[in-house]
Amino acid sequence: MTNPVSDTSNPTHSSPAVVFETHDVTKTYQMGEVEVRALRGIDLELYEGEFVVMLGPSGSGKSTLLNILGGLDVPSSGTVRYGDTDLSTFNESVLTQYRREHVGFVFQFYNLIPSLTARENVALVTEISSQPLAPEEALKLVELSDRMDHFPAQLSGGEQQRVAIARAIAKRPRVLLCDEPTGALDIRTGIVVLEALAKVNRELGTTTVVITHNVAIADMADRVIRLSDGMIASIEGNPHKKSPSELSW
Amino acid sequence: MKALEHKLWRDLWNLRGQTLAIIAVMASGVACFIMFMSTLDSLLQSRDRYYSEYRFAEIFVPVKRAPESVVLRLESIAGVSKVDTRVVAPVTVDMEGFHEPIIGTITSIPDSGEPLLNRLYLRAGRLIEPGRNNEIVISEAFAEAHQLHPGDTLRVTINGKRERLHIVGSGGSPEYVHQVPPGGAFPDYERYAVMWMGRTPLARAYDMDGAFNHVVLTLTRDADAPAVMDQIDAILRPYGGVGAIARKDQSSHFMLAQELTQLENLSGVFPIIFLSVAAFLLNVVVTRLVGTQREQIAALKAFGYSNIAIALHYLQMIMLIVLAGITAGVPLGATLGHMLSEIFVEYFRLPFLDYTLEPLRVLQVSLITGAAGLLGTLAAVRAAVRLKPAAAMRPEAPAVYRTSLLERIGVQRLLSTPTRMILRNLAHKPVKSLLAILGISLSVGILMTGQFQQDSINFMMHLRYILSQRDDLTVVFNEPTSHRALTELVSLPGVQYGEPFRFVPVRLRFEHRSYRTLIWALEPDASIRRLVDNDLQVIKLPPDGIILNEYLATSILHLKAGDRVVVETLDGRMRKASLPVAGLIQEDFGVSAYMSLQALNRLMQEGELISGASLYIDERYANEIYQQIKERPAIAAALIRQQEIRNFHRVMDQTMLFWTSVATLFAITIAVGVVYNSARIILTERSRELASLRVLGYTRGEISYILLGELALLTLAALPVGLLFGRALCGYITLTVNNDMYRVPLVIEPSTYAFAAFCVLLAAAVSGLLVRQKLDKLDLIAALKTKE
Ligand SMILES: Nc1ncnc2c1ncn2[C@@H]1O[C@H](COP(=O)(O)OP(=O)(O)OP(=O)(O)O)[C@@H](O)[C@H]1O
Ligand SMILES: [Mg+2]
Repeated sequence: MTNPVSDTSNPTHSSPAVVFETHDVTKTYQMGEVEVRALRGIDLELYEGEFVVMLGPSGSGKSTLLNILGGLDVPSSGTVRYGDTDLSTFNESVLTQYRREHVGFVFQFYNLIPSLTARENVALVTEISSQPLAPEEALKLVELSDRMDHFPAQLSGGEQQRVAIARAIAKRPRVLLCDEPTGALDIRTGIVVLEALAKVNRELGTTTVVITHNVAIADMADRVIRLSDGMIASIEGNPHKKSPSELSW
Repeated sequence: MKALEHKLWRDLWNLRGQTLAIIAVMASGVACFIMFMSTLDSLLQSRDRYYSEYRFAEIFVPVKRAPESVVLRLESIAGVSKVDTRVVAPVTVDMEGFHEPIIGTITSIPDSGEPLLNRLYLRAGRLIEPGRNNEIVISEAFAEAHQLHPGDTLRVTINGKRERLHIVGSGGSPEYVHQVPPGGAFPDYERYAVMWMGRTPLARAYDMDGAFNHVVLTLTRDADAPAVMDQIDAILRPYGGVGAIARKDQSSHFMLAQELTQLENLSGVFPIIFLSVAAFLLNVVVTRLVGTQREQIAALKAFGYSNIAIALHYLQMIMLIVLAGITAGVPLGATLGHMLSEIFVEYFRLPFLDYTLEPLRVLQVSLITGAAGLLGTLAAVRAAVRLKPAAAMRPEAPAVYRTSLLERIGVQRLLSTPTRMILRNLAHKPVKSLLAILGISLSVGILMTGQFQQDSINFMMHLRYILSQRDDLTVVFNEPTSHRALTELVSLPGVQYGEPFRFVPVRLRFEHRSYRTLIWALEPDASIRRLVDNDLQVIKLPPDGIILNEYLATSILHLKAGDRVVVETLDGRMRKASLPVAGLIQEDFGVSAYMSLQALNRLMQEGELISGASLYIDERYANEIYQQIKERPAIAAALIRQQEIRNFHRVMDQTMLFWTSVATLFAITIAVGVVYNSARIILTERSRELASLRVLGYTRGEISYILLGELALLTLAALPVGLLFGRALCGYITLTVNNDMYRVPLVIEPSTYAFAAFCVLLAAAVSGLLVRQKLDKLDLIAALKTKE
């Protein structure tokens, strides 16, 4: 796989580069006799540098889609183009390589390694990727320079989530995928985390997808995608993009 | 309750690998217990039935020659029940085509019918018939060794006279269960023949008409045995009686009893270790289970399940595992016990085996195993019961980690982040890590116990046959003779060199303790038979005083060098003297004392007499020398060193080998059980982290490193601990098996250490591979959904 060169074009301009292009993606889980159709034909394009918020009721397939984009899972049918390659044809070890070089993840429950300090949690990623930020730099980006040598147990939830963001972006990923990053946080802390995400998106130009149940967060997106019952219900542009601190919860 | 039961089975299913490992270890312990106990019970029961059905005597008295009329006086002693007199004659046997000398013992039986005591069981043929003077019954073992059958004839020399005897039957008697030739240390069925012959013809051949030289008795139930024995001694002393021998000192019974005691001692050690390990494993798994199910427990309590219901739920699970262990272990133990019993019955030459598995033993092992299971899990179950619902609903505070000691002393920069994870994980829960190390080291130790016995035996052989008794051939005369007999032996063609020895049966007394044994007297500068001290240095016999083997001195008489010991000879002359103990020697076989030949002869006041000679011979002349020996009626026995060594190895192969392989097998079960469990626990504890790492782009190989690295470190740390523990365990075993026949010294060769280490490393590698496969199936998404 070639390392796609990130371009600096503004997503709101007319011809941004396409990062992901899915075509008729379905995902079916076989649960014994019962088939659960989590995704039923997703056609979607995601562009270089844009900030996308994904909404939808519980069970609508948001996480499933995100996991497929991130190479944690493969679709049952359909194609997922990333740059000029098709993720759906990748085997396990190529997907691992893909995650290693191109994707950053942030999850609701942080998933930090409790035995490693903030700096070391970030180093975990920088040690295995080809052109990483220094861990210190990544932590500075999320404004945690003064907590670098603390263990997760010594950090608040919001701080832990910011470490998770720093860890996700330290490899300079092309895409940052966040599944309910503020789900476990209160409003104030949530805003701090969202600010970190916005800053990364702005300063590094990382394509960012955020899943949330909080409709207010849609106001800070370039585009808002709504899922319903495994299908895309709507895709809307957001002409009046707000900063996280201006969101009304 | 229904839902909880579902949970129970599902939990067991999810933990099936670990559960199976625990069941296997537990079953090993149960099987071990059942194997030993049923063997012991069966042997005791078979022996006791043999003894009672064949009327084994209780008192045995050898005399020189007593008239038959003495019987009346013996019978009139209060407490004596039955008296049976016999003629017992040492003989030599000449077999066509068998060059080496064969010695034998013929015991008289009535001219018709069974003897009153010590009856014969017949395996083939019949007892002798009256009026036929040349019929004998031979021991089954001797018959087997030489393929002899009723109808064959045997050339036997009795009292210098050659006789051709017809074999009419083969069998045995409770008196000769253990058939060890006089002067020998181990059974030798090829060169030692136990036989029975009619009283009249034997008495005629042995010049014992109207007389006897051996009498056996039984006592009434309420008899005062020591008092009776004193009266017997008083009556028989004028006839050359050297003291009545109680059943417990009768040589065959004594050896049998010693072996059974040893078995009994061993049977205590191993099941306890196995069951402790099983309890330990249960503890680890249940503790872990309760830990991960905190919130479930809290939820159940919130729904209204009582503490008792919660406790019962986990206890049920533990008891199911215990039950499975018992169910698997008992039949396995019974099978192994049956095999072991057969081996021992064959080895002891008991005529039959009553194999029994006492229900009591099953009950015992069930209680012990149940108790071990409960004890091991008590803390974990208590923790589940004590859990406050509200507190448990809140997530557990994230674990507080610290930089490990290794990093603090400055090697931090050398370590990669995954390596730091390994170190910190180990340091984070030191008690847990230590327990895991302890578990693995137990298995290292047990593995050593199967192997070290071979090392010890090799050492025993070296000490006895390379350092101490270096002769090619030992010749024993019928009775003490003059030095000329040695000169004559040495002059035989092929005999290169010879040294004399004398032995005298004695009773040694120190304070209130006493012991019957032999004093061996050697030339002070003897070079064939030598005495060796604890540092394996040859020591010279002092001109005066007595030297004891260390076991006799410390374990039986409780004396030390410099003390004075009272010696009473038991050869009819009844000399008595107090001698200084000049030194102690290392000797693994038997219980003996040593003096210089001159000192002993001085004590005996008999002039220069010798009992036998140790010879170096030229192998090429061996058969001619054996022939010469056979032709000399004055020679009672000839022991061939090579043959002794072979006899010993045969005994060990029969008894030890079975145990060694069973112990090794069980130990490997423990090793795999413990290591696999440790690996699985690490996997459960780390799976979330490892899944996170996979999401971040770590490959399977890279995360395996973290998991297997932790397992490897634990295993490596356990090796030295385990080897030390193994040494201690082997030491304990040697203590429990020590007896008057032999002592097993604690000798452990590097190969034994290496074997134990190798097996555990192998178990670790296999467990690692199994867990590594699980790692490949790690569900990345599931790990991210949960909060832990
Ligand atoms: N491993 C699985 N096996 C079976 N069904 C699954 C699995 N993972 C997800 N599903 C099903 O797929 C559907 C979509 O799940 P998904 O997790 O994508 O929903 P979601 O939109 O992220 O919901 P939420 O907002 O609650 O997180 C659901 O009906 C779910 O039950
Ligand atoms: Mg979801």
